Amino acid sequence: MTLAPDLPPVAALVVGLLAVVASAVALTGTIGLMRLRTFYDRVHAPTLSTSLGLATMCAASIVAFSVLGSRPVVHEVLLFFFVTLTLPVSMMLLARAALFRDRAEAYDKSMAADALAAAQKEAAALAAAQEEAAALAALEGPSLEEDAAYGRE
Amino acid sequence: MSQQTLAYVLLAAQTMLGLALALCAYRLVRGPRAQDRVTALDALYMNGLLSIVLLGIRTGTELYFEAALVIALTGFVSTSAVAKFLMRGEVIE
Repeated sequence: MTLAPDLPPVAALVVGLLAVVASAVALTGTIGLMRLRTFYDRVHAPTLSTSLGLATMCAASIVAFSVLGSRPVVHEVLLFFFVTLTLPVSMMLLARAALFRDRAEAYDKSMAADALAAAQKEAAALAAAQEEAAALAALEGPSLEEDAAYGRE
Repeated sequence: MSQQTLAYVLLAAQTMLGLALALCAYRLVRGPRAQDRVTALDALYMNGLLSIVLLGIRTGTELYFEAALVIALTGFVSTSAVAKFLMRGEVIE
């Protein structure tokens, strides 16, 4: 469980420090992901671990392997450059998709509310018209059928 | 700093990253909308990548760097694919 590379003291100090800083930054970003309230706040939190955490961890790896191999070993830089180029692109695409979805939902809701208001208005107008017709019928005298029946009796 | 101390320090760093992975999983389960879950998955990729690089430092082999590169590649592709799907309803038009 307790593995460690065999490094001289100064290099060990540097590697340990950088690794702990990287992990602390990643943990902070993830706590932000867990705790923040809206999606647009939450989407910013993991970018901490992406930029600062990855840079520090790659620096720790470069130092460790360079000291172990006693020659500069810098292929971690490839990892850092690749992630820095690609991850913000996918994050921006995701934020844009979320904004589109929120706007589409708000539009649908407002259309539904408009339709409901229009339907309610129509129903109220219909009810008012029916009431008027009933009031008129109660007001005037016998209907045409009653007139015709009276003449026949 | 002796090797034993470095071992414990790196173990502590690895534990913090493990805790970060667990918190990401919480957001993956809880997130009210799909975009929250995709963000949590992306953070999972990044924390897993950091964890593998740290494991590479701890064992002293350069083998784990390639695993980290693969995670970065597939993570980017999958996050972009789901974002495109949420926007358009299909991934390849």
